[in-house]
Amino acid sequence: MSIAIKLPRLRLKGGMSLWVGGSLVGIAISAAILAPWIALTDPVMDANLMNAEIPPGWEYPFGTDAQGRDIYSRIVYGARISLSVGIISQICNSLIGVTLGLTAGYWGGWWDDLVSGLTNLMLAIPSLVFALAIMAILGPGLVSLVIALGLTSWSYSCRIARAQVLSLKSQGYIQAARILGYGDLRIMFTQVLPNILGPLIVIATLGMGGAILAEAALSFLGLGIRPPFPSWGSMLSEARDQITTAPWLSVFPGLAIFFTVLGLNLLGDGLRDILDPQSTTRRT
Amino acid sequence: MAESLLTLDDLAVHFMVGSAFAGGVKTLKAVDGVTLEVKAGECLGLVGESGCGKSTLALAIMGLLLPTRGLIHVDSQQISGSTPPDRMAMARTVQMVFQDPYASLNPRQTVRRTLADPLRLHGVNDKAEVEARVMDMMAKVGLRPEHADRYPHEFSGGQRQRIGIARALILKPKLVICDEPVSALDVSIRAQIINLLLELKDEMGLAYIMISHDLGVVEHVSDRVAVMYLGRIVEQGGWQEIFEDPRHPYTRALIAAIPDPFHRAAATIAKTKAKGEIASALNPPPGCHFNPRCPMKADVCVADAPFLGTVGPGHLAACHFRDRVS
Repeated sequence: MSIAIKLPRLRLKGGMSLWVGGSLVGIAISAAILAPWIALTDPVMDANLMNAEIPPGWEYPFGTDAQGRDIYSRIVYGARISLSVGIISQICNSLIGVTLGLTAGYWGGWWDDLVSGLTNLMLAIPSLVFALAIMAILGPGLVSLVIALGLTSWSYSCRIARAQVLSLKSQGYIQAARILGYGDLRIMFTQVLPNILGPLIVIATLGMGGAILAEAALSFLGLGIRPPFPSWGSMLSEARDQITTAPWLSVFPGLAIFFTVLGLNLLGDGLRDILDPQSTTRRT
Repeated sequence: MAESLLTLDDLAVHFMVGSAFAGGVKTLKAVDGVTLEVKAGECLGLVGESGCGKSTLALAIMGLLLPTRGLIHVDSQQISGSTPPDRMAMARTVQMVFQDPYASLNPRQTVRRTLADPLRLHGVNDKAEVEARVMDMMAKVGLRPEHADRYPHEFSGGQRQRIGIARALILKPKLVICDEPVSALDVSIRAQIINLLLELKDEMGLAYIMISHDLGVVEHVSDRVAVMYLGRIVEQGGWQEIFEDPRHPYTRALIAAIPDPFHRAAATIAKTKAKGEIASALNPPPGCHFNPRCPMKADVCVADAPFLGTVGPGHLAACHFRDRVS
């Protein structure tokens, strides 16, 4: 018997990647928001050494850690920190990068040289190393994590924005806007930005995934979220000693990171498709 | 005589190309000493091969390129020089229709926004008035009201060019520079767009500078014609003089090249042909720029650059043999 699963024909804008990505990200965000209601136990206080390192089962769906805390509840609460760090820091990066790239590409001259130099400088130093340095100055914690990650990886958005602006600058409609008396800022926001938004949004969603991973890495190194508070990265960090004896400690936070990053990437892909006005065709 | 709307006085636009390290910096004289005048309500045809500086001239008039020397007066306001021109006032006086209707419309703006935003920017705040003027302009260029909320990619090339024309006219300018307005369009659409431009000219009292490499288009619409070669005007005059009594060998060559066997002027001067290609503006030939291709070349052509001399009322030609060419 041939296995011909006929999926319902989803004639939806953006296609499958938007919907799969959107659902994965939606699940992660609703877990973060609904954490107090869907968590089974308190992620920090309900430690019970009698329950330590119980494998996944009916009572503890994802098992318990060395302190007897429910992994599932910690992942649900950890979503709050991981997602907010990922989203807020990437928004900072996008704002910085797009502003610099847009103005540099549009105005050119010494400002472009300055911004390009700065971008190259940022690209030359691995952003995680830069973030480590900032964390070392600011000390561990959620706010310094967001600041460190939000200031260190804007170079990709900046590069993309600048390159896009350069290719659009000579287009007739930009010249037409200048001839019509539009000011520079108005041209940048009404004529240039909407036309370069597609790739920038894709870069931003990729960056959110990257920021979640960077948070995980910094927390893993002990510079991010301090124990006992859960973030996906700090959970991985704590679980590394027990990876052979209690692998569920690292598998489930890892899966949470994996599916969220995957979802963000797919969402970016799908968004790019629907943000293109040419995808809605209506011929005369 | 009608008032002068645009005057160019010895306008030049030079570009520095190359680098100081590789081969040295060279000066590209894209526009080199152009003196022109456009009167209210008239259509000046600007003709020349690709690379002769027509579009550079247009951009300089629009204020998008800084002239190297010379003066531009638009509506008796000087727009070149030390003080930046009043761009808003310029926008209400001079507008431009672009060559490529695919690149000249913002793909993310509906027709309504493309037309309404400039109005709002120029102080038309009443919603009903903006809407009325947008609809009126769309009707004028032959677009239906239901087209207002569509995006550029939903239109054909001809329709897009109509939108481009509507955008250029929405602020009711006095002068419109049409930079090859039909050369990117299908031949079957060209006549429609040209006729639309002519109708709008009469209806709104516009003056045009019709830039084209197609003499057929220019002959059809122009009151006066200026012929450009390597950054200089080589001949200008009323369209009748230019087409029936061209005095510059280059003009003759252009007319002879009109691919229409029944064209009267083309048939009578079919013997004249320009040899070879247009010379590089980076390294123009000495004397008269046209001399390497000219069938009438003499020693004086290499030694001296001819000036634009009068050969008839309002008819100027820059050729040493302007009185013998015919």
